[in-house]
Amino acid sequence: MGEKKVILVACGTGIATSTMAAKSIESAMEDRGYDIITRQCKTAEIKARLNGVDLLVTTTSFSEDIGVPIIRTLAFLTGMGKEEAIDQIVEALGLS
Amino acid sequence: MLDLIVPDAVCLQLDAKDSTEVIRTLGGKLYEAGLVKDSFVDAALSRESELPTGLPLGAAYNAAIPHTDVEHVNKPALAVATLKNKVSFRNMVDPDDRVEVKLVILMALDKPKAQVEMLQEIALVLQNAATIEGMVQASSVEELLNSLQN
Repeated sequence: MGEKKVILVACGTGIATSTMAAKSIESAMEDRGYDIITRQCKTAEIKARLNGVDLLVTTTSFSEDIGVPIIRTLAFLTGMGKEEAIDQIVEALGLS
Repeated sequence: MLDLIVPDAVCLQLDAKDSTEVIRTLGGKLYEAGLVKDSFVDAALSRESELPTGLPLGAAYNAAIPHTDVEHVNKPALAVATLKNKVSFRNMVDPDDRVEVKLVILMALDKPKAQVEMLQEIALVLQNAATIEGMVQASSVEELLNSLQN
């Protein structure tokens, strides 16, 4: 349909690590040629923010069943395993 | 990032027995400087216990980035500690796992949406093993700040 995929990025406070991760995800996906939208929130807000979301990426251990795939990773903060994490995102969004 | 680091809140080779002591020490310095409210330290400790900030960096040294909600902050600031001995923090993405940390950056943020660049700079620092090494090895505040300029 041409609609952009939406990734919800969640961290504990919804301010620091989700900001770092969201930016990192956006630019990494852009480098791969994918145009996606990120939204940020804190873990406590995840369930209330799922409307229109295709994937949750979180830097916490959040693991409840929310009906969309969840990727838990620090790769967008630490840089370690970032390429693999992008691969996982691409696959989870059905973009590959 | 550099201009938010409070020189009086940079503690080199801090001899701390646990993560609580590190956060109290750094938070205390920010409070003394009037940059955070008296609720900040307890809020940061509480946040750390529920949502830990230990980060395994896959290189020589690991870091932690404790912080808490904006309501406890007067002015944005960063406090930094390099630790004499590794201190255990719980892993952000897996709280049952512990990370042995040598560098702690305590973040006092008041407008995170406006502080995106600073946060990105911190992420880049975390991803640069050479910068982290420079900071951990620094024997003066000036040296530590210099290692961030490269």
